[in-house]
Amino acid sequence: MESTATKPQFSEAAKAEIARICKQYPEERRKSAMLPVLHIAQAEFGGWVSPEVQDLVAEVLGVKPIEVYEVSSFYTMFNLKPVGKHVLEICRTGPCMLRGSDELTAHLERITGAKVGGPASEDGLFTLKEVECLAACGFAPIVQVREKYYEQLDTPEAVDAMLTELRNQVHRPALPWEETGLPNAVANN
Amino acid sequence: MGRKLLTEHINVEGIDTLEVYRKHGGYRSVEKALKTMTPDEVVEEVKKSGLRGRGGAGFPTGMKWSFLAKPEGVPRYLVCNADESEPGTFKDRQLMSKLPHLLIEGMITSSYALGANTSYIYIRGELLYVLRILEKAIAEAYAAGFLGKNILGSGYDLDLHVHPGGGAYICGEETALLESLEGKRGNPRNKPPFPAVQGLYARPTVVNNVESIAAVPVIVNEGGDEYAKIGVGRSTGTKLISACGHLNKPGIYEIELGLPVEEFIYSDEYCGGIWKGRDLKAVVAGGSSVPILPKELILKTAAGENRLMTYESLSDGGFVTGTMLGSGGFIAMDETTCIVRNTWNFSRFYHHESCGQCSPCREGTGWMEKVLHRLEHGHGHMEDIDLLVSVAKQIEGNTICPLGEAAAWPVAAAVRHFRHEFEWHATHAKEAAQPGAVYRPSGVLV
Repeated sequence: MESTATKPQFSEAAKAEIARICKQYPEERRKSAMLPVLHIAQAEFGGWVSPEVQDLVAEVLGVKPIEVYEVSSFYTMFNLKPVGKHVLEICRTGPCMLRGSDELTAHLERITGAKVGGPASEDGLFTLKEVECLAACGFAPIVQVREKYYEQLDTPEAVDAMLTELRNQVHRPALPWEETGLPNAVANN
Repeated sequence: MGRKLLTEHINVEGIDTLEVYRKHGGYRSVEKALKTMTPDEVVEEVKKSGLRGRGGAGFPTGMKWSFLAKPEGVPRYLVCNADESEPGTFKDRQLMSKLPHLLIEGMITSSYALGANTSYIYIRGELLYVLRILEKAIAEAYAAGFLGKNILGSGYDLDLHVHPGGGAYICGEETALLESLEGKRGNPRNKPPFPAVQGLYARPTVVNNVESIAAVPVIVNEGGDEYAKIGVGRSTGTKLISACGHLNKPGIYEIELGLPVEEFIYSDEYCGGIWKGRDLKAVVAGGSSVPILPKELILKTAAGENRLMTYESLSDGGFVTGTMLGSGGFIAMDETTCIVRNTWNFSRFYHHESCGQCSPCREGTGWMEKVLHRLEHGHGHMEDIDLLVSVAKQIEGNTICPLGEAAAWPVAAAVRHFRHEFEWHATHAKEAAQPGAVYRPSGVLV
């Protein structure tokens, strides 16, 4: 990541959403908003939370930066390194394995050129990430991309349909507090 | 056909809106409870119903409620555990996304019973899209006067919020969940104090699973005694079973407790049998942490009686020949499944999800994963099998939270019932390491 001289700032829409969320907890318990605000930060700043973005979260919540770092490093949903435009989170746990998640992962590595746990594909479009159970075992195998579940990806056609949909997304889907989704970030490996 | 107490209207067009939900009898329990019952009367009905925690532990919900401390002038909380993450379990996701108002109704009626004026639904972070559905439904409930100040003119106030997790199985453990809700790492707390005395923000707190709370409206509407008429013995009411793995019809089924396991697997009304015309090999009946059972023992108890979908029947025989109903995550495996590979996969899961606080779990889950990995990949030895059992034993009972047991039980049970497969992996390392290799008594299937 190139060094950013300018400090990251939340959009006005995100600031309003953060203010709404913080009101859900007792005033002296603003830290409770940690996880929801980290989710917003990841959506605002290209699918990952840089140290600068985490410092911003600390500032917004009125906590020390270390309190954000220790949380962001504990929970698997927060990407601490730059990612491609689309992060494909492939479930690898038992029930998905029984219905072909190993084959799905191998297939996705072949057609995107990215490797699980590695940098994004050369075109910057896809990052592959293996995750544990996504609680959709009856519809296995599953891939999650942002807030969407792609289910029953047990045929090449189903996988192609998912990838085509993602390739055609210029902007990520809008979140409830946004008029339009932000443009997809460009991967920067 | 069994009765559907929770999911009768799940496929009705527009049932996720307050208007349609109301047309099908929604929010009646709020009106009944707030207008005609005292909070204690609601607790009494839930006690009478015999409802047991649907998240996995099976602890009587009414009793859990009665433990809640009620010091004067101190706020108390109800927190709904929607951190559904137990492999094989996907019932709460379906319930919340299709019937958001059922959970909200249950939260209002239950919060009233407990005297909570602020309640939270803690939903796993991966289900942000379900959080959006719930927030929309909550806004409708506020607008209709079912949430907020002076609900239905009763003088009772309630605010309800949804809080997302961040990706951590451990947050399904109730004290880890509370830590997470406070904006911290999900490290389970030492108990006592229990959440009923010091929970969220050190206030008295009840944590209940989605499905338990969703059962409260029907209990209030029809009465605890009526609810208790369904089921067998101490397994009352209906249960959502998430069926997955090698079944013809995986999915969510609401069953009356007491249904024979064989009927659940093979009848067309439920799972429709094993896929591809294959034979059933084994079942994990209650989410990945409960002991696996071979076909013979899941269909019939060791005494030769039909195994039923109840807390008692599934645990008949203890861990020697039985298992647990758990969360109702029902994973079926056909004859081509390699038990060693599957056990390794589950061990990897628990190693990945251990929070790392207690060394027996942090180190033990890592060792179990490592030893299973080498058995599966052709580098194992006969001594590894007893080593696995020994590590599992050293984790069990030596950790702050039950993740230790959850990690140890599946390994111990797999060795108990499928020891010959582990031995074959140790003695036929090259064959076992082939992709898709599975031990069969008649030879190797590749």
